[in-house]
Amino acid sequence: MAGEGPVISERQAAVLRLRLNRPESLNAISGEMLVALRAAFEAAARDDAVRAVVLSGEGRAFSSGGDVKEMAQRYEARGAELGDELRQYYAPVIRAIRRCPKPVIAAINGTAAGAGLSLAMACDLRIAADDARLLVAFVRIGLVPDAGALFFLTRLVGFGKAMELALSGEAIQAGEAQRIGLVNAVAPAHDLDATAMRWAQGFAEGPRQAYGLTKRGLERALSLDLEQALELEAHLQTLAARSPDHREAISAFVAKRKPRFGGTD
Amino acid sequence: MPYEFVRSETDGPIGIVTIDRPQVLNALNHQTIAELTQALEAFDADDAIRCMILTGGDRAFAAGADITQMVDAGPVEMLREDNFARWARLRALRKPVIAAVSGYALGGGCELALTCDLIVASETAQFGQPEVKIGIIPGAGGTQRWARAAGKVRAMEVVLTGDPVSAVEAERMGVVNRVVPAGAHLDEAKRLARTIASRPPLAVELAKQAVNQAQEVPLGTGLELERKLFYLLFASEDKREGMRAFLEKRPARFRGH
Repeated sequence: MAGEGPVISERQAAVLRLRLNRPESLNAISGEMLVALRAAFEAAARDDAVRAVVLSGEGRAFSSGGDVKEMAQRYEARGAELGDELRQYYAPVIRAIRRCPKPVIAAINGTAAGAGLSLAMACDLRIAADDARLLVAFVRIGLVPDAGALFFLTRLVGFGKAMELALSGEAIQAGEAQRIGLVNAVAPAHDLDATAMRWAQGFAEGPRQAYGLTKRGLERALSLDLEQALELEAHLQTLAARSPDHREAISAFVAKRKPRFGGTD
Repeated sequence: MPYEFVRSETDGPIGIVTIDRPQVLNALNHQTIAELTQALEAFDADDAIRCMILTGGDRAFAAGADITQMVDAGPVEMLREDNFARWARLRALRKPVIAAVSGYALGGGCELALTCDLIVASETAQFGQPEVKIGIIPGAGGTQRWARAAGKVRAMEVVLTGDPVSAVEAERMGVVNRVVPAGAHLDEAKRLARTIASRPPLAVELAKQAVNQAQEVPLGTGLELERKLFYLLFASEDKREGMRAFLEKRPARFRGH
């Protein structure tokens, strides 16, 4: 598989599989990889044939995080302007994942460390292999959590746990990660891919527009008060109720049959 | 009336003008401005219309002036044509105009939105004055309207950097009335328009005039104008009906005079 570029993009029916592909360095994140990821998610957002996305890592790890070797070389050449790098390369990827209106699942095998874990946290759902380790590793090299980690970590596991994971930089096992809400499910390592694909295929057959609107709604809800949320729901439901999938679901319910989603508007 | 670049339709008492040049992201050439001005003026003169909405497409409200019309222009012909003068007619509209903005509202498109009385934005909306990036500055009110709507320091950032601000940011700045999910901006604008349309039209018209004066004249003069307009409304039938209905605890039936 090596030699295919830093991200392998492959369609399986309506599911887009994106695989981080630098297995020789445990999928350390390079600038090139980020550019490719951004392009892949932006294309997935636009492509009507894609109904769900699975993000995983080739080889033994999901991703070991930012490429420290590459970092050292760049510091040598241009100085330590990490802030600019985050703005230019990382932030657009996180935004592209969040803006993708289709369900995005991270399938975490082996290690997800630092910005690698950040990528997984930016996805909608996370499934970890039972032998996976997850760590907010930044503190180990004297940095702060980035690539969305400050945002997603506090929201996924709460302030107290976020503090513990970020200050210690210690790895937690898949089971513990599930217990605290950092991952949604744990699958046997040999079954990780198949589990993620099953979830994704389920989404691919679901109500497309409702997923997109639900994603927008949950995301906006993070910064709203009750009144604003009630109003947002009214708006989103107005849009959802106009979707062909909703109409199909209603007629299916009345006719006592299974709905066939997939209408376009 | 057949327009080439805008669509004009009504929804009850609401007149809706849609900029429709999607192939160029609703770039505002002279003809588009002329047509939308004409369409809005027609609604302004139509007694059946109580409130207006100006909108564009999902991807762009209006992405700015048509650069192709300006690339070779010199100052003398710009002055002679003085196309921006046409925009002054939008200021003279008596009925409220709501901008329903989705996608890009940049340059002239942003100025056009700011010319309206209220702005409802989809969360995809982006507001900005990128003129500085191509060696000019906003010319249809951008510097003045941003400064009045958002305050000097924020206006400076928008105009000096040329970088756009998001709908949520614009709302925080007080430039936008409300932000709604993508696709819901026109619904929300209509909802707002229906509310305004249900109010007595004379009061709405004079209220608009009074608020606009707040940005033009010293406070004393504005207060005086407000007071005169206030007294003036005591001559209207709708004032009698409105107050009676209030006292009799029934809905008012306004007739527009």
